[in-house]
Amino acid sequence: MAAGMRQKAQILDKEGIRRALVRIAHEIIERNKGTENVALIGIQRRGVPLAGRLCGYIEEIEGKTVPVGVLDITLYRDDLTTLSHQPLLRQTNVPFPVKDKKIVLIDDVIYTGRTVRAALDAIIDLGRPRIIQLAALIDRGHRELPVRADYVGKNVPTSGREVVAVRLQETDNEERVLILEKD
Amino acid sequence: MKLKRKDLLGLAGLETQEINLILDTAVPMKEIASRPVKKVPVLRGRTIVNIFYEPSTRTRVSFELAAKHLSADSINIPAAASSVVKGESIKDTARTIAAMGADVVVIRHPLAGAAQLLAGTVEAAVINAGDGAREHPTQGLLDMFTVREKKGTLAGLKVAIIGDILHSRVARSNIWGFLKMGAQVAICGPATMMPPEINRTGAVVYHRIEDALEGADVIMMLRIQRERQKAGLFPSLREYSRLFGLNRERLFLAKPDALVMHPGPVNRGVEITGEVADHPRSVINEQVTNGVAVRMAILYLFAGGGTDDEAAD
Repeated sequence: MAAGMRQKAQILDKEGIRRALVRIAHEIIERNKGTENVALIGIQRRGVPLAGRLCGYIEEIEGKTVPVGVLDITLYRDDLTTLSHQPLLRQTNVPFPVKDKKIVLIDDVIYTGRTVRAALDAIIDLGRPRIIQLAALIDRGHRELPVRADYVGKNVPTSGREVVAVRLQETDNEERVLILEKD
Repeated sequence: MKLKRKDLLGLAGLETQEINLILDTAVPMKEIASRPVKKVPVLRGRTIVNIFYEPSTRTRVSFELAAKHLSADSINIPAAASSVVKGESIKDTARTIAAMGADVVVIRHPLAGAAQLLAGTVEAAVINAGDGAREHPTQGLLDMFTVREKKGTLAGLKVAIIGDILHSRVARSNIWGFLKMGAQVAICGPATMMPPEINRTGAVVYHRIEDALEGADVIMMLRIQRERQKAGLFPSLREYSRLFGLNRERLFLAKPDALVMHPGPVNRGVEITGEVADHPRSVINEQVTNGVAVRMAILYLFAGGGTDDEAAD
């Protein structure tokens, strides 16, 4: 847990995360009338395991696999000149042409919308998708850009002093979503 | 994790962690450099000045491409067109660069220590693109990146560096770099081209190429400058080639999966036969490709990168 933060509440447990993702998987299939041309792209880091899981749920429901990619948006951030150091660069791996695809962008939390803005630029640099949709496990509000998620696991009203911490097995060795508050 | 210095002057002074950070950052950069649209906006609005006091095509073009892929504005000051010929000192050049507002300066200079001198006078990050026979850190890093990509690790490998060690900044940077990463380094070349203090680095000196190649995982051949013959350092190119050249027979002394490397440009038939330079085990062309990715990582990091903060959203 980050220094100077204390746990305020647990929003989702393991089962809650699973149910939210299964529902999102159903919604993706419904909205796109199947899985044809649908591809998932997870945003580094926690969007990546979420994309993998959604792909698994979609396969369980529809019996079809959709391609999955990984996107690192570091080089597209709008705050690099104001940060004293640039964040560690991670791998982008989109092993399919994005041209004419229905891309579902996946992140753990949607907050200011700046990550999504960066991700849109990053995807469009790879090609011209037919459509880009957005899925987030948690929507915590406080948007600074005109961005909206198409699929939301849970809406959580928060204050600016709070932090939403999504902990996943793959990245954190535990499975829950917490609200932390600065001391 | 972040860099602990403003400038990249050599591998002798770099810490293992910093080397790893650069090599790790070059992996995603290589993916960007292989896209149909090779452009990310990260260094938009930053100015990179390339000053080459020595002729260089490969290194300069590689730095230029790297800067362009990252959307930086890069300016080249070739030696012939610069005020160097009019007798302007490095410090004066530095003041000009500072006045231009450059964020990064890439410098190649025939004198050892030139990059360091410049680094002490400008606020911009200085990247050494070769200073005399001292160091050529970006070449060392791209060689390490190429080996790590092929072998998975550098620790425990035997790296044989063959040729004119005395005049080679590439050899020095590679000796420092590979030793730091836990590889063994075997060096071999004519006695007239072997710096006497070199065994203090930890590299092992061999006088017969066969002994240096025995069981090697990596064979790094250095370019032989023809003008060294005029200086009397070796009798003839033919004799050099017979004693220290890499050919098919000698390649078999190394491990069956040994990599063949050369910093270029290759003198075919002198330090390496054309057949070996084009052998499936040769990664000479990949070195050039990887050079761009590694230099992208270096420009990105030295323009201010490298912490692993996980900003919210």
